[in-house]
Amino acid sequence: MSLLPAALIDGVMYAAWLFLVAVGLTLIYGVMKILNMAHGSLYTIGAYTAITLVTQWLAGGSEPLFSYVLLIVAAVITGVVLGIIIEYGLLRHFYREEPVVLLLMTYAVFLILEDAVKLIWGVEPYVAYEPYGLLGNFTIGTLSYPNYSFVIVGAAILSGVALALFLKFTRYGKLLRAVIHDQEVSKAININVQRYFLYTFIVGAMLAALGGALTAPTISVAPGMGVDVIVLAFAVVVIGGLGSLPGAALGALIVGLVRSFAVHYWPEVELFSIYAVMAIVLAVRPKGLFAAAEPRKI
Amino acid sequence: MNTTFNPQRTGMVAAAYTVVALAVGYAFPQWQFLLAVALSKGLVALGLVLLLRSGLASFGQGLYYCAGAYSVGMAMTYLEWNNLVVLLVGATLLAAVLGGILGFLLARYRDIFFAMLTLALSMILYGLLMRYPVLGGSDGFNVYAPVIFGEKLSRPALFAVTVILTGVTVWAIQRYLQSRAGRLGPAIKDNEVRVEYLGASARRNIHLNYILAAGLAGFGGGLSSFSIGHIDPDMAFWTTSGEFVFIAILGGTRNAYAPLLGAIVLELIRSLAYQYAPNTWQVVMGASMLALIVFLPGGLISLTQRALEKRRARQHAQEAGL
Repeated sequence: MSLLPAALIDGVMYAAWLFLVAVGLTLIYGVMKILNMAHGSLYTIGAYTAITLVTQWLAGGSEPLFSYVLLIVAAVITGVVLGIIIEYGLLRHFYREEPVVLLLMTYAVFLILEDAVKLIWGVEPYVAYEPYGLLGNFTIGTLSYPNYSFVIVGAAILSGVALALFLKFTRYGKLLRAVIHDQEVSKAININVQRYFLYTFIVGAMLAALGGALTAPTISVAPGMGVDVIVLAFAVVVIGGLGSLPGAALGALIVGLVRSFAVHYWPEVELFSIYAVMAIVLAVRPKGLFAAAEPRKI
Repeated sequence: MNTTFNPQRTGMVAAAYTVVALAVGYAFPQWQFLLAVALSKGLVALGLVLLLRSGLASFGQGLYYCAGAYSVGMAMTYLEWNNLVVLLVGATLLAAVLGGILGFLLARYRDIFFAMLTLALSMILYGLLMRYPVLGGSDGFNVYAPVIFGEKLSRPALFAVTVILTGVTVWAIQRYLQSRAGRLGPAIKDNEVRVEYLGASARRNIHLNYILAAGLAGFGGGLSSFSIGHIDPDMAFWTTSGEFVFIAILGGTRNAYAPLLGAIVLELIRSLAYQYAPNTWQVVMGASMLALIVFLPGGLISLTQRALEKRRARQHAQEAGL
């Protein structure tokens, strides 16, 4: 049997998941020029919050279909709480520092959150497969796929399209683009840049948590699950060009397909195929595929 | 003349460090292991300091740390080489050559792009090592005591070798930092374009620093593999590289002794944290990193500098009073 259709379908599904976990990272970078290393921790905490809520809900014997709503609620709670703590409590006071300093600060936040997870939820893994199993399977030819995969594909497309439409057509989206384009001028025309930073960080954190929350039912949630996700998300957004929405989509597609073809045709290289692609893209186009040219400043 | 640029003083500080470290190690033999590991890691962080002085944070020094350690482990396992000098020179050279090749690519990158690309490269090595059993797979290799002058090196002797080699290296790097090429680093951090207008090549300087950093990381990797006795792919994982970044920030980038101080303090805190609060180790690390960035951006070494300046100010005041 040909491996090609299986590799393609797997690749697209994996790409959707990648886009979902990476889009928040590129949004935050695009607006704030901060590469948020704590992104993976937000993903982890989103997953833990989701699994806790779903387990509680199902333990009460309530309607299982409502658990999908709970996954989203978990993402919103995580994003708002941690977004406010990290941006308002910490990063806000250091925007004047160099990018490397802010990178190190988010790395410190990552370290703290990694252990915070262990302190709150312990080190034992959690599972709640109900939302995953509930939807049954879907067969194409001889291949069988869980319907839940389409939930993730749908969520990825929805979040991408919603963000693009928001930026393009709404009043606040246009103002946000002004902030992205030039902070100084935005301040001069009385846009509250600080507030936009806070909202952007919250939304970015929410998207990271959403990625975690939607992944939670498909895996066993354990400490350290975010460590790999950070580097994957980095790879995706760096390939596409940091801060670019279509770039993140293309990056996710490239990484998703490369990994899935590697898994199907050459399993030994699976682990590093993604990073190899990232290194090649950066070597050829240093700022990623969709990055705009920048003038050199003295 | 600024006292930091005095070669005699540099030699004295390095010699004093070596004597103190040896004395502490032999007075408290149970600390030898901790000190040896800390010093080996301090060497890796020392390489990172060279890069940080130019404003570049590498999240991939684990690549060279791991390459150095693996060259030792694999030479022992497959070639049955066990001469200390050969193994360490091999580890350093291999890492430096690898750094030299990758440096052609990396020297063009700045800021987070440098950080990300170095991270990606070290993750490639991690992936390779994990998947190929010839390369040890996820188990890695055992490393045995090396041989020098036909004798197997005992634990205390290995400790002494580590301390002395670290002392010599730190002295050499401190001299380098005082040289013209070494002083170009902070200038590049301040303003790269001006450096180029003054006739120096920022890219070439960064490339040189990158090669040195890679060599140091390989050397540190080789040394630590002897002390730890085991190597595995986690040495190339990005969190290992993150730890080196932490050590460099903790110590500071003012001079070549700072990362050793950072490494020793880190290992001390770690062993205390493991003993008393096992799951809060990273919280301690993260919180102290934040505190350092906010309150002590120069790292621990800037404390000694502050004390020195205070003393000098007092002396000046006295002289003025006379």
